[in-house]
Amino acid sequence: MIPWPAWMGALDRMLVRDLWRMKGQALTIAFVIAGGVAVHLLAAGMLSSLQATRDAYYDRNRFADVWAPVVRAPEHLLPDIRAVDGVQTAAVRIRVPALFEPPGTVAPSTGEVLSIPDEGEATLNRLHLVRGRLPVSGRSDEAVALQAFADAHRLEIGRVLPVTLRGGRRNLVVGTALSPEHVYAIGPGQFVPDDRLYGVLWMRRSALAEAVDQDQAFNEAVVRLSRDASEPAVIADLDRLLAPYGAPGAYGRKEQISDAFVSSEIDQLTTMGRVLPPVFLLVAAFLVNVVITRLIAVQRSGIGLLKAFGYRDRDVVAHYLKLVCVVAAVGVLIGGAAGTWFGRSMAEMYREYYRFPYLLFEANPADYVVVIAVAAATTLGGAALAVRRAAALRPAESMTPATPPDFSRAAGGRITRMKVLDQQTRMILRQIIRWPGRAALTVAGVAASGALLIGSLSMLDAIEVMIGSSFDVSNPHDVSVTLVEPRSRSALFSLAREPGVLEAEPFRTVAVRLRHGPHEERTAITGAPLDGTLSRLVDRDDRPVDPPPGGLVLSSDLAAKLGVEPGDRVEAQVTEGRRPLLNLPVTAVVDSYVGSGARMQLEDLNRALGEGPLISGAWLGVDSERTDDLYARLKAAPTVVGVGLQDEAVRRLAELIDENLGVAIFTYVGFASLIAAGVVYNTIRISFAERSRELASLRVLGFSRADVSYILLGEVVVLTLVALPLGAAAGAALAWYLAHAMSSDLFRLPFAVSPATFGLAGAMVLAITVAAGLLVRLQIDRLDLASALKTGE
Amino acid sequence: MSLARRPSRPGGPAADVVKNGTAPGAAELCFRARGVTKVYGEGQAAVHALRGVDLDLPEGEMVVVLGASGSGKSTFLNILGGLDTPTGGEVLFRGQDISRANQRQLTEYRRRHVGFVFQFYNLMPSLTARENVALVTEIAEAPLAPEAALAMVGLEDRLDHFPTQLSGGEQQRVAIARAVAKQPSVLLCDEPTGALDSATGVRVLEALKTVNDDLGATTLLITHNAGIADIADRVVLFADGRVREVRVNRAKKQPREISW
Repeated sequence: MIPWPAWMGALDRMLVRDLWRMKGQALTIAFVIAGGVAVHLLAAGMLSSLQATRDAYYDRNRFADVWAPVVRAPEHLLPDIRAVDGVQTAAVRIRVPALFEPPGTVAPSTGEVLSIPDEGEATLNRLHLVRGRLPVSGRSDEAVALQAFADAHRLEIGRVLPVTLRGGRRNLVVGTALSPEHVYAIGPGQFVPDDRLYGVLWMRRSALAEAVDQDQAFNEAVVRLSRDASEPAVIADLDRLLAPYGAPGAYGRKEQISDAFVSSEIDQLTTMGRVLPPVFLLVAAFLVNVVITRLIAVQRSGIGLLKAFGYRDRDVVAHYLKLVCVVAAVGVLIGGAAGTWFGRSMAEMYREYYRFPYLLFEANPADYVVVIAVAAATTLGGAALAVRRAAALRPAESMTPATPPDFSRAAGGRITRMKVLDQQTRMILRQIIRWPGRAALTVAGVAASGALLIGSLSMLDAIEVMIGSSFDVSNPHDVSVTLVEPRSRSALFSLAREPGVLEAEPFRTVAVRLRHGPHEERTAITGAPLDGTLSRLVDRDDRPVDPPPGGLVLSSDLAAKLGVEPGDRVEAQVTEGRRPLLNLPVTAVVDSYVGSGARMQLEDLNRALGEGPLISGAWLGVDSERTDDLYARLKAAPTVVGVGLQDEAVRRLAELIDENLGVAIFTYVGFASLIAAGVVYNTIRISFAERSRELASLRVLGFSRADVSYILLGEVVVLTLVALPLGAAAGAALAWYLAHAMSSDLFRLPFAVSPATFGLAGAMVLAITVAAGLLVRLQIDRLDLASALKTGE
Repeated sequence: MSLARRPSRPGGPAADVVKNGTAPGAAELCFRARGVTKVYGEGQAAVHALRGVDLDLPEGEMVVVLGASGSGKSTFLNILGGLDTPTGGEVLFRGQDISRANQRQLTEYRRRHVGFVFQFYNLMPSLTARENVALVTEIAEAPLAPEAALAMVGLEDRLDHFPTQLSGGEQQRVAIARAVAKQPSVLLCDEPTGALDSATGVRVLEALKTVNDDLGATTLLITHNAGIADIADRVVLFADGRVREVRVNRAKKQPREISW
């Protein structure tokens, strides 16, 4: 045996032995603390790392601040652009839409081709080359492909990729790269990124210019702002400068689609990380407090004994606080290590998901200080209260046989007098009625753990409702086709005649800047036929809202940003074609889940634009047996620039959610289960400690282990059954809170908890209860019967 | 293992003093113990609680077991009561070996045959006197009515009181009623008066005697208190893990005739 160190007094040795004796319990309490701590730290670590990584990536690869597209402008304009006040660096380039035909794929891939300077690397939006090399200047058939697209099609270096760029071309892939502009690559008519369906290529400037007839010209300027520059001012200056060249208007990062997506997702993770972990930490703190209080209460006789020996109250209090400190420290250590590790792994996972070239892991010391403070305050707080109550006992009280607790009043409840009850059931009921506070705390603990489970799982329900509303109700079409430029209605008829097309509805979209008072928003107005069914705005109750004649319908987020209500008028500056300035009445605001949008009747929009009955594309209902033929035809159609496939989008969206929010949610669910397990096990275990003598007596009287387990576990089961509906209610409330707290510009998360979520959470709580019960059951089996005869308490 | 019920109340005692604890010629033995040893722990830390106990206990007697702390008397009682099994030797209950029974069989044995009375009563605080007794009668084969059992110990007017509303002596009498309500073959009492003052203790002993007389249950009563030995049919003295002496009382006293 290892000799005790000299500085350890008898009390400290007792402490070590007590801890060892109650190691199972101590560990599960530590788990509850660890659960709260870990979730907090993992969220904090993951988020600060993701943000730091994104910022560093953007910075090192010189991600632009402003994009200014034009139809065609001369290259010699570049010095003027650089001279705009607030511009730090600027570059001009060629950017054209393209159709790709990667070998072995049926569905059409759309995308774009961008120019990089003839020599060296781009000044802005620099590529991060993963494999191969940049094209050699002067070679017109070499290109670098976006890494994700190359991966999705297994495009090796040296493969030939056919590209339709105003006529067919064959490009040799010489390298693959990541780009800060294409963290999310998404095409027109798609609102879910799909690496297979959307690609990007980079070619040397002169090679691309030759292919698309932009010699000595550019069609997009990109700008990085100097530190104190005002983005709106720069955008205004650029618009003025570029107006003669058909500029639809410059825009900032907020409207750059990739960054909008990435930032919105990180924002969502951040909100989830800001909203959920504190709830975890608070629940864990509350539970630890409850458990510790009861744990100490069981030590009553030991405390009396110490006092009888002459230990002072403060010695006794200090002794038990030390015990609790060790438990809390173990919990914080486990939670700290697990949280840091999980945070790092999840940040790493997101790095791969977003295809950031590297990860900067950041752990903020302040986060650690906060969790340690919360853990310490709650555990020690709970313990101090209980120990002081116990220390206030006169030592003699613990030396005499305990007075039996008084059940005469509380247990007089009529229900417990019912004849049909057997004595064991009566004991269970009276135990609960006698200590309603204790029963309430157990119920609260189980309910709180259940609520955490429901709250975490409800995120998935909310997303499902959102997707269902957006795809099945709002957009029940199978394919959306976007044309290169607006065409006459005859284009619709030819689309309708394509193989497999069952129905076709035209749409017209036009880029606009909506203005109302001081507010301005860039968006697109979509014109759709009045009697159309393939794409409609729907409200949160899935009711379609069709625009009345002459009026504009706005989604609620857009209306909020513009500060308009139904009845107001907005100014719409069209930024393409003849660029008319429209003044439109807002007739309705729709509270929808996904995305912002503005809708009009197709005829109204065309009339307002004054360009005749044109369409920008069509929504198609398609015979699912004949999609291959259709895709082949669409790929070959020179007038088609974008093809959105709803099935693919739904599938892809489900994947995205699994990979992105799903992982975070399941991690939270895991920790919620850990907390639930810690609470339930401790509740039963402490109940067992409090009543072990009673239970041993019953065993001596001839009751079987099953009988005795019934009395102990029956109480827990009754309380768990009471806790389930309460937990469901609390879970629903938490889900409601989370839905509200997490809604962003891009998504409004609906409040939704499916029956399956209630079922799953309930089943998990019950399973945890059963498992914890079985663990304690093992201890019932080992109950020392002889001791029941002897011990006073 | 079948431990069937049998009518109790056999013939009387055989000899005044039996050195080795066995009672030669006793036809109806309740317990017969031979070479019973019990060792706790192993190696150097081993504690020999029983070092070879031989003892015969006839049916229906009131037996008082005396001995100092650590003499092995409680360990022996635990083994007779089916709470523990011996390390060596054998214990027969009405001819059936209970020393090698498994946990399930021991539970069954306790449930059918053994009534326990504890030093600290061990009543269920959440149940009234009547319900505490009913706790046992609900799992017994041919129990007394709880009211009858409580009347036997003089508590017929305290039926619906909770333990906290009863004095120590009353609680102990509820415990006795609980133990006897199932009409046990054996009643085992470990220091039943240990926590009680003399006058209250006497009432408890009277209750035990009534039960012993009326039901004929073999009653073993462990005590430090040598004075109590005067009410017994037979007195067993434990020392150092063995039976040192067995004495048969020719002139039993009534509980009210003793005090301490």
